[in-house]
Amino acid sequence: MSMTGSANTWTIAAARDALRKGEISAVDLTMACLTAMDAGDGLNAFVHKTPELALDQARAADLRIAGGDAPDLCGIPLGIKDVFCTKGVASQAASNILKGFVPQYESTVTAKLFDAGAVMLGKLNMDEFAMGSATESSCYGPAVNPWKVDDVLRTPGGSSGGSAAAVAADLCLGATGTDTGGSIRQPAAFTGTTGIKPTYGRVSRWGIIAYASSLDQAGPMGKSVRDLAIMLGAMAGHDAKDSTSADLAVPDFEAALTGDIRGKKIGIPREYRIDGIPAEIDALWARGREMLRDAGAEIVDISLPHAKYALPAYYVIAPAEASSNLARYDGVRYGHRAALAAGDGITEMYEKTRAEGFGPETQRRIMVGTYVLSAGFYDAYYNRARKVRALIKRDFEQAFAAGIDAILAPITPTSAFGLGEMDKASPVEVYLNDVFTVTANLAGLPGVAVPMGLDSKGLPMGLQLLGRPWDEAGLLNHAYVLERAAGFVAKPEKWW
Amino acid sequence: MLDLTYEAPKPKVIAGVKHDWELVIGMEIHAQVSSNSKLFSGASTQVGAEPNANVAFVDAAMPGMLPVINEYCIAQAVRSGLGLKAQINLRSAFDRKNYFYPDLPQGYQISQLYHPIVGEGEVLVELSPGVARLVRVERIHLEQDAGKSIHDMDPTMSFVDFNRTGVALMEIVSRPDIRGPEEAAAYVVKLRQILRYLGTCDGNMQNGNLRADVNVSVCRVGQYEKYQASQDFSHLGTRCEIKNMNSMKFIQMAIDYEARRQIAILEDGGTVTQETRLYDPDKNETRSMRSKEEAHDYRYFPCPDLLPLEIEQAWVDDIAASMPELPDAKKARFMGDFGLTDYDANVLTADLESAAFFEAVAQGRDGKQAANWVINELFGRLNKEGKSIADSPVSAGQLGGVLDLIAKGTITGKMAKDLFEIIWNEGGDPAEVAAARGMQQVTDTGAIEAALDALIAANPDQVEKAKVNAKLAGWFTGQVLKSTGGKANPAVVGAMVAQKLGL
Repeated sequence: MSMTGSANTWTIAAARDALRKGEISAVDLTMACLTAMDAGDGLNAFVHKTPELALDQARAADLRIAGGDAPDLCGIPLGIKDVFCTKGVASQAASNILKGFVPQYESTVTAKLFDAGAVMLGKLNMDEFAMGSATESSCYGPAVNPWKVDDVLRTPGGSSGGSAAAVAADLCLGATGTDTGGSIRQPAAFTGTTGIKPTYGRVSRWGIIAYASSLDQAGPMGKSVRDLAIMLGAMAGHDAKDSTSADLAVPDFEAALTGDIRGKKIGIPREYRIDGIPAEIDALWARGREMLRDAGAEIVDISLPHAKYALPAYYVIAPAEASSNLARYDGVRYGHRAALAAGDGITEMYEKTRAEGFGPETQRRIMVGTYVLSAGFYDAYYNRARKVRALIKRDFEQAFAAGIDAILAPITPTSAFGLGEMDKASPVEVYLNDVFTVTANLAGLPGVAVPMGLDSKGLPMGLQLLGRPWDEAGLLNHAYVLERAAGFVAKPEKWW
Repeated sequence: MLDLTYEAPKPKVIAGVKHDWELVIGMEIHAQVSSNSKLFSGASTQVGAEPNANVAFVDAAMPGMLPVINEYCIAQAVRSGLGLKAQINLRSAFDRKNYFYPDLPQGYQISQLYHPIVGEGEVLVELSPGVARLVRVERIHLEQDAGKSIHDMDPTMSFVDFNRTGVALMEIVSRPDIRGPEEAAAYVVKLRQILRYLGTCDGNMQNGNLRADVNVSVCRVGQYEKYQASQDFSHLGTRCEIKNMNSMKFIQMAIDYEARRQIAILEDGGTVTQETRLYDPDKNETRSMRSKEEAHDYRYFPCPDLLPLEIEQAWVDDIAASMPELPDAKKARFMGDFGLTDYDANVLTADLESAAFFEAVAQGRDGKQAANWVINELFGRLNKEGKSIADSPVSAGQLGGVLDLIAKGTITGKMAKDLFEIIWNEGGDPAEVAAARGMQQVTDTGAIEAALDALIAANPDQVEKAKVNAKLAGWFTGQVLKSTGGKANPAVVGAMVAQKLGL
């Protein structure tokens, strides 16, 4: 990576090396990011800024580096998605119902990042409770994609849209995201950045405000595959406080980036060739296949026969869990409580508080979830969706059992759309954005987004690779090969 | 252990205006698990703490907080299951029961609807010697307790205390095998006794640590047998559930009231509505809480924060190997080893402390005599002073010492009671106290003989009467005992009277 340009434009790997060589201090690196962050207000990526904390952490990092004890992330300025509870710093999951909520605890992920010396610049915008694919359901208003063409403001995707926008605009070196149905991979694709959703259970969910517990998984978003490997190494690992966290050793992901995938088998799922997919996306997918073949991998057509049911299954299971997970926001203990009229009782307190505190998309999902779990509909919806989920998982297991090492697929049916463009669309049309991404969440598999190039409009496009459970190391290596072959280096023209 | 066979009791029959009716009762017992920390958090379960002092972040349902299963609570549930001779499910799972209430911070209770930790078991409920009901237990599942709402601290506001939130409960669900109010109370007594023996629930009903939901229905004579043969509930009447009972007396009164209410409806040609009811002890009536139509839709689904719970058979075996002797076995042993009556054995095995006290007294002594002394003298005295066995001023060793003095012939039974009284009030070693106070029965036959000779000489009429009717010789015995101040041995005096009068 080039060391030219302001330090905030560097990759984590480049910054790490420069910090270790004493070419820059963590304070200076942080200052460069804080300056970029303040200049980037037009992107609405950061919703709570923590410059004082960042400089304190940077100073501590400089001492650690001087002492020769410098983990990879020591002194690296990051943005943290608002869904992570950060001790003493507002954490609202971009919802009015958590207005003013300041956790007295640190999420496992941020605690691990801070232990590794990372610097937090602030909290990043997102869809309310991570529900959405445009960051338009945020109580802070939408984040804006730094990629602007035809003078149209575009979405950075969602729900980790603030993270993607901040990374793409070089406001930070890397960011945390969460991916419940594509919320890391889709924003990465829309902004020309990288992101990995790890295997379910690889990263602790403790301290992450829950959307759909059986699908939520945190992961890094960055400027390169190598940066993902570095960040994931610090974020991952068993956590006794999360019963769904896996007690497995964390490999050295960066060391796995050999660039050698000769003899590996890449599956191309025929069910992903959906009707109406733009020719540009199809062509991009074909180019990805060629690149991996050129690198010595074998391209194999595979079938995931139940993949076509993934989207409806996801939009039953995720709202069902959300309707229960969000029941705690009742105005009793923390967050927003509606002003009550004389004579109002507990029922009015619940109704008014939740009507005021939750945005329309969150309310819709709570209602859908409540409906699909209700007596009389449980079997028709929730139970059937669980069965479909088991079948989807089995499809992948069979593919991997047949020797497939990774699966290459599109991430999104389109490149980034304009802000407000989906306002008139039905919820189902909006949900179609997730058609390629939700399968990995339902099956619990790792998936990584790699930027591939620009479309005819000049907007970034990416592809995803899905891997075997717990094989993030192998998956990242495939992504590394694809990244190098694609050679995507374009940056958005600074307009903000 | 004795092989005791029992006869089933007759069901309670209530005569209506038109027909006789039988009762069918099933119970759900909520037993708070004895543990130091909560089911899914490390917060203390200690009662009596300041409100909201024992609340972990997860108990308060703070955003992003996750439950982690407390292994000790699982062990307690397994121990309880083994105590009820129940199936232990090596794989169980937790579900969420969703409803809104301020004392339920998560908006759901984590429970086990679909896959409980404990399956089918049984409780033998003895009603009188040789008569017992075998009540089948359908399941035991683990769940979180709720917090406490406080409505009387402020005229406009309610308060909540989350100290109890998340404490582990076992819900023990019986089959509808209970056939009357007395059986229902006896079932709770027996279950409570077993749990207390096991140390899995302290059984404190006043604090609500053990409470019962009682399902009551009535049916015509003969219908229950049809249900038994087919396990088809359509042979039985519609049930009503009386919630949250925590007194044996009120359980019986509520069942009786509820059965008569249902009978009156049915005999009037009406139908019983399935609903949840509350018992009002002041008015001795049950009142509708909510009907089936208004019932909550709890939207149960598997809790995605917890993986299915898998336990090893070897772990269960370890718990089984550490099980204490249970009430039925202990009672049989007391009857066999110490020759106790059924009644005495029941009294002495009612709780572990009494049983242990008795065993310490009875060990190496006359078991029946030990039982008499423990039940009549000690328990009588404890009851009178409102003391529990744990607070007894007389230890098992001291009571044993008193009994030893009787056995050696050092003191009489009468003197033993006086000695017991002294030990109760002043303590001390019984042998030393008896010696210091000159409590020694007269065994000098010369002195007794002299007293008797004088008595015979002074009462020739009594002598003649005794010779005609031997029973009247007791008068001489009594007079001698009186004149020696209770220190003479009654058996020795009696023998001498018989000999002197030539009886």
